[in-house]
Amino acid sequence: MPAGVAGSELRAGELPVAELVARLRAICGSEHVLTHPHDLRTYQSDGLLHYHVVPPVAVLPGCAEEVRDVVRVCHDLKVPWVARGSGSGLSGGALPIADGVLIVLSRMRRILEVDLVNQRVVVEPGVTNIAVAHAVAPDFVYPPDPSSQIVCSIGGNVAENSGGAHCFKYGFTTNYVTGLEVVLPDGSVVSLGGDGKALDAPGYDLLGAFVGSEGTLGVATRITLRVIPAPEAVKTLVAFFADVQDASRAVSEIVAAGLVPAAIEMMDALAIHASEQMAHAGWPTDAGAALLVELDGSASECDERFGELEDLCHGAGSTGVRVAQTEAERAIFWKMRKSAFPAAGRISPHYFVQDGVIPRTRLPEVLSRIEALGLEFGLRVANVFHAGDGNLHPLVCYDGNTPGEATRAEELSGLILQACLDAGGSITGEHGVGIDKLAYMGRMFAPEDLAAFRMLRLAFDPDGLANPGKAIPTPRLCGEVPGPYRVHPLEAAGLAERF
Amino acid sequence: MATPAKSGEGSASATAVPATAAEVAGMLAGGGRVRPVGGGTKLAWGVPGRAPDLELSTARLDRIVAHNDGDLTAVLEAGVTLARAQAAFAVHGQRLALDPPDGGGAATIGGILATGDSGPLRHRFGGPRDLILGVRVALPDGTVARAGSDVIKNVAGYDLAKLQCGALGTLGVICEATVRLHPLAEQTITVRARSSDPQRLCVAARALTRSSLELESLDLRWDGLDVGGCLLARAVGRTVARSVAGLTALLEAAGLETDEVEDDDSLWAEQRDRQRATPGGAVVRVSGLASDMERILAAAPSAVGRPGLGLFWVRLDADADALSVLRAALHPAACVLLDAPEELRAAVDVWGIGPGTVLDLLRRVKQSFDPAGICNAGRYVGGI
Repeated sequence: MPAGVAGSELRAGELPVAELVARLRAICGSEHVLTHPHDLRTYQSDGLLHYHVVPPVAVLPGCAEEVRDVVRVCHDLKVPWVARGSGSGLSGGALPIADGVLIVLSRMRRILEVDLVNQRVVVEPGVTNIAVAHAVAPDFVYPPDPSSQIVCSIGGNVAENSGGAHCFKYGFTTNYVTGLEVVLPDGSVVSLGGDGKALDAPGYDLLGAFVGSEGTLGVATRITLRVIPAPEAVKTLVAFFADVQDASRAVSEIVAAGLVPAAIEMMDALAIHASEQMAHAGWPTDAGAALLVELDGSASECDERFGELEDLCHGAGSTGVRVAQTEAERAIFWKMRKSAFPAAGRISPHYFVQDGVIPRTRLPEVLSRIEALGLEFGLRVANVFHAGDGNLHPLVCYDGNTPGEATRAEELSGLILQACLDAGGSITGEHGVGIDKLAYMGRMFAPEDLAAFRMLRLAFDPDGLANPGKAIPTPRLCGEVPGPYRVHPLEAAGLAERF
Repeated sequence: MATPAKSGEGSASATAVPATAAEVAGMLAGGGRVRPVGGGTKLAWGVPGRAPDLELSTARLDRIVAHNDGDLTAVLEAGVTLARAQAAFAVHGQRLALDPPDGGGAATIGGILATGDSGPLRHRFGGPRDLILGVRVALPDGTVARAGSDVIKNVAGYDLAKLQCGALGTLGVICEATVRLHPLAEQTITVRARSSDPQRLCVAARALTRSSLELESLDLRWDGLDVGGCLLARAVGRTVARSVAGLTALLEAAGLETDEVEDDDSLWAEQRDRQRATPGGAVVRVSGLASDMERILAAAPSAVGRPGLGLFWVRLDADADALSVLRAALHPAACVLLDAPEELRAAVDVWGIGPGTVLDLLRRVKQSFDPAGICNAGRYVGGI
């Protein structure tokens, strides 16, 4: 057995560890195959820390050919695997499996081509979202901008179909991927989207099917993205309201007026309070809600409609409107919004982040429902969300050191998701199903729907080797009843833990 | 209900007009070869082949199930015509930002999605795949499955709605779709910029494509080297006059002759019409790049298209040699033969995709959803 591999430390069951590790080392070099638990612990969780599994082996391929060869070895040995980008995902999609290989793509961070004549950028999967933005600035932009864009990888964005604050106007990752080179779970390499840069390659829209498939259909090794010309002008305001109900009405009126803001983001009092501690924007401490609205486009159109936007906010009962006068001020507004998640850690020892979606017109009633649930459970819920899309991110605050509180918080989170479904919405707008929402899939989809999803999965991965147990429930997990904390089958099997 | 259909080449032996998705699924489960039919405006697309056992009309799947105007979404049954849906949305100042040629109002939502067809609005709003949020589809195994959602943002489950777009009914029958809507354009003005010099048109198109002007549409119209062509740039918004001034300056600087057209609907209707063939002729859809425009102008006797997107529709004589010459000139851009007489479609590779790993994967997808080859078998890429 190679040095560093202690069989007794591996929770690998039937895994042919020695052969696997030897073959992976032959492909990627010993220094890029990690087997020591100390090294592997780095990768035990993604951004959803409630779950952690130390994988027996992690491999860090340096190029597409190495990824292909790694996947081929896994296919030969019938070893399942999980691909991981930067590990910032919030649904446990990159949670390792105890009897499989973790393929870490963070060494693959080359920008392969910038073709601005055709408005395309070709990158390796480990390239960060912000690196794409920088590669095409200042004349072009890559619109999907998740809050984690400084660290999150494009490969992860493709897997999760990431959104961001600007998708109300500009759409999601899936609207910007024009080509993918993918290593399929059998180790074959296929180009989805024809030559990669053109639209409408003949054949099924496998790009559309692959983007957002959460690593269950293969590994993207070369990604072609569409970029667009930067808007001539951007104008941003924040409007304060007595409560989220008034702010929600403002959102409806803005949209009904035919305005298509680049972003419409809402924060409630608790979220403002938390973010203020990090971003120090000096927003009024008594505001019940803040609405961050950004218009972009041609300078004349932006100017023309910005006044209308201000009037709409005042008309909906805004207690004050601040217009960003400088780029620095605009940056502070956005810092308030983007620091909301990390800032929640300053007001609560622990919190769950939810990602439900509702039709925008149902915002007032669903927000009332969330407030009522928070009171009922005696837990604080901070709301910070993409109001234009109806994509809620309730942060359920709790103290894990108080016995039973984590369980109550999880139950409350589940009821919030149910409220989203009852309003005709979705259990996840941008974080993905991963392992975290798996139990809710049966509430959103009928058995026939889930069976259709499995038809697609079967076509790509008949052996079930790619990220098994994620995204789409297997019939076994279908039977699991969602709701209050229960022992997850993976926990029962000793494959996962949560705290 | 099923009735004998009139006989003839390519005609089914029977036609059914189901009224619900469950009825559609039941008919698929019957096991005969089925061809779904909407408005019948693009029935000839694809590889001509053996007549189906059953022609399945969506004429009774004709409900506008919901128009959620506050949410800018709508749920439409497959047999609703685009024209009827747009009329309903317009009452609330909204539209489905999709404007393919619609066969004089006959084209249905189901047919447009299944063919992935689009028009000039694609420049700004994307195609069917970008506007569909959810789908309800009758599958060959006799079940009705739903994917996506009724809200504008959702990542739960695989995006089978996109998979159905452009699948030509080979993975099941689209029964209902949820789509995203947009506000109607308040005011538009089109700047038309003519030249007989292909190079000037290309330079101007490139300048417009990379400008930050948010055009509603940007189209090319090309009538061959003898006649020349024009760019059509449609400006929109409250300050449209200022946009037009900027556009005109930019286009004239590129050496084009410009005029402004305020009552511009007919201009754009003509662009859409030219995505279809004249009687007895052929049309090829070219999936290329913005930088392919030079080659299009050199190779195409007549074309319309979206220069910013690299999508072009070329009118050709219905002739196998003409198709080969075009494909050779535009290689590696995909050239799909859409409209053409049946003899030509039978004689050439309509889809223009060679063997390879992608074809293997496409076949596996088909096999997984439709192992018995019930839905539109043989019509699709690689004879799928």
